[in-house]
Amino acid sequence: MAGKTLYDKLWDAHEVKRRADGSSLIYIDRQLLHEVTSPQAFEGLRLAGRAPWRIDANLATPDHNVPTTDRKEGVAGIEDPVSRIQVQTLDENCEEFGITEFKMLDQRQGIVHVIGPEQGATLPGMTVVCGDSHTSTHGAFGALAHGIGTSEVEHVLATQTLVQKKMKNMLVKVNGSVGPGITGKDIVLAVIGRIGTAGGNGCAIEFAGQAIEELSMEGRMTVCNMAIEAGARVGVIGVDQTTIDYVKGRPYAPKGDLWDKAVAAWQDLKSDPDAHFDKVVEINAADIAPQVTWGTSPEMVLPVHETVPNPERIDDAVKKEGVERALQYMGLKADMPISEIKLDRVFIGSCTNSRIEDLRQAAQVVKGRKVAASLKQALVVPGSGLVKAQAEQEGLDKVFTDAGLEWREPGCSMCLAMNADKLGQGEHCASTSNRNFEGRQGFGGRTHLVSPAMAAAAAVAGHFVDVREFVKS
Amino acid sequence: MKQFTSMNGLVAPLDRANVDTDMIIPKQFLKSIKRTGFGKNLFDELRYMDEGQPDQDCDNRPLNPDFVLNQARYQGASVLLARQNFGCGSSREHAPWALDDFGFRSVIAPSFADIFFNNCFKNGLLPIVLTESEVDQLFSEVEASEGYALAIDLEQQTVTTPGGDVFTFEVDAFRKHCLLNGLDDIGVTLEDADAIRSYEEERRKAAPWLFA
Ligand code: SF4
Repeated sequence: MAGKTLYDKLWDAHEVKRRADGSSLIYIDRQLLHEVTSPQAFEGLRLAGRAPWRIDANLATPDHNVPTTDRKEGVAGIEDPVSRIQVQTLDENCEEFGITEFKMLDQRQGIVHVIGPEQGATLPGMTVVCGDSHTSTHGAFGALAHGIGTSEVEHVLATQTLVQKKMKNMLVKVNGSVGPGITGKDIVLAVIGRIGTAGGNGCAIEFAGQAIEELSMEGRMTVCNMAIEAGARVGVIGVDQTTIDYVKGRPYAPKGDLWDKAVAAWQDLKSDPDAHFDKVVEINAADIAPQVTWGTSPEMVLPVHETVPNPERIDDAVKKEGVERALQYMGLKADMPISEIKLDRVFIGSCTNSRIEDLRQAAQVVKGRKVAASLKQALVVPGSGLVKAQAEQEGLDKVFTDAGLEWREPGCSMCLAMNADKLGQGEHCASTSNRNFEGRQGFGGRTHLVSPAMAAAAAVAGHFVDVREFVKS
Repeated sequence: MKQFTSMNGLVAPLDRANVDTDMIIPKQFLKSIKRTGFGKNLFDELRYMDEGQPDQDCDNRPLNPDFVLNQARYQGASVLLARQNFGCGSSREHAPWALDDFGFRSVIAPSFADIFFNNCFKNGLLPIVLTESEVDQLFSEVEASEGYALAIDLEQQTVTTPGGDVFTFEVDAFRKHCLLNGLDDIGVTLEDADAIRSYEEERRKAAPWLFA
């Protein structure tokens, strides 16, 4: 018999029951909750008179709606009444059901996908779910993690399980090492550019290969975060010493004897050498250049030194129309060099790139430089209160503000513009987030996805530049 | 949950691949703590010329005359015909809530994004996968004839065109059972409460740090 993939192992360890119709009941170890996708789930519980199955498996924090400017007044200070009610509702629901919540004024508050790992609430070998598609982030720890809808949030609250069908196994292997200045973000954008936004549909993608092994946990989280942008609900990476070192000592991580037992068990959280994958894609790390998206889907991505595509040269009618529509929305001309795209705003943040390493990389680029005068705004939004504190301890906030970037309070912010941070119509933004869909960062806004270092370089230049050349100059 | 057995409904064609959840229901409407009332903001950015706000009266907003759902012949449509990878993007269940609230009962496409597909079933909305060529055929027929309606039968797993062509589709047995009977998933799962408890007991022994 062939060996098992990491995904197979995680699945087998959590299968409570296989049902007659071929679906399975999968046990959920951790559920993360935020204000946007939980209110209707709690309401459903109340209406059915049900209690949560296992309260301590849940952890909540508000992130999507919270303002990133001064928040001394807490929830009461949220100007938009609809946002305020949503955050209040999360507070009330967590109080009513006894669920731990890092509230707005708690230093541990932040984006769910940043705080889970930061607290050690995400552990190797767990199943982790959240009413948010970027839950795939947590797969970086050798956990089975994916986004779910609100009905499923309610299902997990009530039963601690989910009804699931097993996905297919897909392997994305990034061979060799990336060059200097190339980050996890460039790797994952290059992968999406290669396989497309539906390339991973129905699959759990395992990221492997030397370039992935050489990434820090922050870099691995960035890669898994965007598995969903390749159509895969799940991204996973095998456990190694980097994983274990990151988890050790975190508040929710096991301690003492339990720690030793856990570490011993985690050694097996990798695919067997003879495991079978239904699909395999191999990429040469050395070929990856800094990536920039030019269109309205993450697969519309190119290396920074390229030119925007010309629909005239595309034969496939559906593709051609897609490119034409994207160019029109983005206000770009066919064949125009990516480096000539002028920027109005820069956003460094989101669950993809708002961890300490991301901020360090961006700070290194802007240090001693100034944001281009043509820019309307450059925002740095740390992923959690603890990331913010750490960055301030390292003096990164000063580096940013000296260069003319704004230093904000933690949250999702301009990643989806549910709070006050958003793009104006027609504005171009270099963004470290994960989606460049039409209107994602504000009505009529134009998003270009890049790494933190590339965003920082773009902030200084006012247009896209190859960060590798830029730091030398 | 809402039951779905069979229906005969007017079809609206949305000829565009990779329709994402931000397009189906833009984020400003996710601030609601209710499950209903999203229909008027379905496809908000495509449908209206201005930027929509939650709790706004949409009756006087400028409509985009080019958008398919604004055309007179598609008023009252209950079947949405779409292209590949429909519903990609976020996990927001507001997307099926909005489609349902607008009046759609079924979406037909050559492929769907996983989470969206899953969310539909929880809300009595039937997503149907047909082949590319079947979908192509439906697009040309619906555009050619006003009042074009499809008959959908979940029990038989068929889509029947006015011309009498019958297409069959796959549906997971459990989901079909739940939809046909309007069953609540949670109630069904709780029948296995003992199995969940015994799994927990075993697991607590094997991996106690997960329960600390
Ligand atoms: S940062 Fe963006 S992608 Fe991540 S959870 Fe928040 S809104 Fe979603």
